[in-house]
Amino acid sequence: MKPLSRDPAALPRLGWTLAALLVLWPLLQLAQFRPAALFEAANLAAMGHFVGAFLPPETSPDFLILLGRATVETLAMATAGIALAVVLALPLGLVLTRSLSLSRLGPGRHGWPGQLLRIAARGLLAVLRGVPELVWALLFVRVFGLGAAAGVLALGITYGGMLGKVYGEILDSVDARPARSLLEAGSGRLAALGYGLLPNAAQELVSYTVYRWECAVRASVVMGFVGAGGLGQLMDQSMKMLNGGEAATILATFLVLVLAADGLSESLRRRMA
Amino acid sequence: MGLSLDGVGLVHANGYRALRGIDLRIAPGERVALIGASGAGKTTLLRVLAASLRPTEGRLRVLDGEPWAASPAALRRLRARIGLVHQAAPIPPRQRVVTAVLAGRLGRWPLWKSLASLIVPADADGARRELARLDLAERLYERCDRLSGGQLQRVALARVLYQQPDLLLADEPVAAMDPALSELTVALLNEEAARRGVTLVASLHAVDLALRHFPRVVGVKDGAILFDLPAPRVGDALLRELYAAEGAVPESETDTLAPVDRSPLRCA
Amino acid sequence: MSKAGVSGGGLLALVAVLAAVGASFAFLDMPLGALFTGAAAAEAADFVRRFFPPDLSPGFVARVGFAALETLAISLVSTLLAALAGAALALPAAGRHGRPARGAARFVLNLLRSVPELVWATLMVLAAGLGPFAGTLALALHTTGVLGRLFAEALENTPPAPAEALAASGAPALAGFLYGTLPLVAPQWLAYALYRWEMNIRMAAILGFVGAGGLGALLYYSLSLFHEAQASTVILAMLAMAIAVDGASAWLRRRA
Repeated sequence: MKPLSRDPAALPRLGWTLAALLVLWPLLQLAQFRPAALFEAANLAAMGHFVGAFLPPETSPDFLILLGRATVETLAMATAGIALAVVLALPLGLVLTRSLSLSRLGPGRHGWPGQLLRIAARGLLAVLRGVPELVWALLFVRVFGLGAAAGVLALGITYGGMLGKVYGEILDSVDARPARSLLEAGSGRLAALGYGLLPNAAQELVSYTVYRWECAVRASVVMGFVGAGGLGQLMDQSMKMLNGGEAATILATFLVLVLAADGLSESLRRRMA
Repeated sequence: MGLSLDGVGLVHANGYRALRGIDLRIAPGERVALIGASGAGKTTLLRVLAASLRPTEGRLRVLDGEPWAASPAALRRLRARIGLVHQAAPIPPRQRVVTAVLAGRLGRWPLWKSLASLIVPADADGARRELARLDLAERLYERCDRLSGGQLQRVALARVLYQQPDLLLADEPVAAMDPALSELTVALLNEEAARRGVTLVASLHAVDLALRHFPRVVGVKDGAILFDLPAPRVGDALLRELYAAEGAVPESETDTLAPVDRSPLRCA
Repeated sequence: MSKAGVSGGGLLALVAVLAAVGASFAFLDMPLGALFTGAAAAEAADFVRRFFPPDLSPGFVARVGFAALETLAISLVSTLLAALAGAALALPAAGRHGRPARGAARFVLNLLRSVPELVWATLMVLAAGLGPFAGTLALALHTTGVLGRLFAEALENTPPAPAEALAASGAPALAGFLYGTLPLVAPQWLAYALYRWEMNIRMAAILGFVGAGGLGALLYYSLSLFHEAQASTVILAMLAMAIAVDGASAWLRRRA
């Protein structure tokens, strides 16, 4: 019988498996992966006591009024935050848009001020969105005190950074010829934007903004953990007092809120599609 | 160890009648070809024989068992003894040939062996032997999406050979092959069945292949058996009647196998 | 011209959105005016000044480096756990084990997904004690919900024929899945898991605010102790990590 050739994938597979184990082991150590911790008596008792108190959920009128106010505050924070983000993102996004660049019209490349401006805008956006919204919130709470204002500003800044980048990408992804011909005919950039780019890009821009609003609702739910108002603040208090009943009601509210935001944003986007 | 069908019929959930009043006895070790126009019900009949489609009426015995009266575990054991070569090779494109062939024995292997074989092929030599009979040994470690349609169909065939079933079923096993290869492949199926003494039932598109290689030929028309004769007695008149367009069912009926569109109504 | 093309419904939606934004600002009672007074500006400037220069002493940079590594570990281990659990829940959620199982699995996935990571983290700190393990569990729970749903959608769009053929030759369900379905969905599942990993790196950096380890814990302590110079080092590290992840994923996507 002729000798059989070996599985050519055997050695690489062995290597990758070993490498994965070698990497995974220190990672597990770093993450202090210790499932046994879940079953230690003290932890079991704390969790059991807390979860045991989930039933019945808190439904006293006083608490429900508080909860309702916090819910509205959460939604308002998300909406105001997104509004701020759009205000921030629009000019920066426009600066990024190549289709609106006058310096790219003619032959040659003598548009270095424009280039510089674009690089600066890109860097600014990267910093705005590179710092998580919760970190901004933590910082703003120190400047403006506890409350929703810090949350709104934090959302506005981080989401402004995300929206600005994506706005620029969307505007560059649509057909640039209408805008280009307008620019070549000597019209202003805003006119070129309004008549050349927006008709094709508007739907995608709005759709992405709505999607981000949905994310903002999720984000503003937890702003309260750093003192920036809304439902999170209520949750933080209930958790610190280990009040299971209140926590259960708040968790249920989270659920409804997130699913409703999901549904609303999906139906809005579908209606536009 | 044979097959017996008494008054077997099958009506699909959508009300379409695919089989009606099938009476068929096949002795152990017999080799039978199914012929008929596309849409006549050959695929459905083979899937009923494979105990993968449950008839809605009649009595079915396969390999001395009643599949639909058995427990799930017993049904699984019975199915492990039945090998069906599908019309469209049901093999994931990114899978390697060796894995696709070894998958034939999943029904017999303990689960740990199946799992381990995903990382290190448990029986590469066995897979190579079956592939060698189909002239594909050198493709052992290649990915299936590198193969042509005919090669892929031979891989699917190698899988069923590797399964070493007691009942060998084949649904258009040579549809994607050229005539010379078809001839060889059908001969191989018959040789395998004869050597191991197992029952073979194959549906074939090409009548001449069926008549030349199989002792017994069953003609299927409109979900019923039109004739069941030794090959030499199948004449032109019968064949004309079998393939007469009159009453032929739309082509799509064979597609009881095709995947139902399960994509949910989602916005893109 | 294009303005005239705006439909009545579009105009109505615009008015509704503007009203919602106005109502939000009114409800929140934002002291926007107070932000722009001289005193506030001076105070803010003073606050910002305290962050400079960042603390780059070797001892602290080493601590930040370790915390960054811990953050990376939390994100990777949690994504791995979530991919496994998500796959296990995606099978019933895609309807492979009947309708009741489908409903139950979808409910569990929605529950896991709806509770934000940070809330899971506060719960897990109770269940597993302070530290990165709580953060790992929290991220894993939320990500299981997200990945489970995405995985199930991918499964629903996968041809069932290969797995059905294996089941018809007596293969057990798990073997049939691994040999017949997994090779078909694996690329998409992998893409989803990588995309979630990217998001989890960002998230792992802030879970420390509630005591779940990583860079966030360090930032929280520094700010609580009014060590703004140290806090700014941590923020720089977060920024560097975010930009690195952004760049890496963009590079990978271009290559893919």
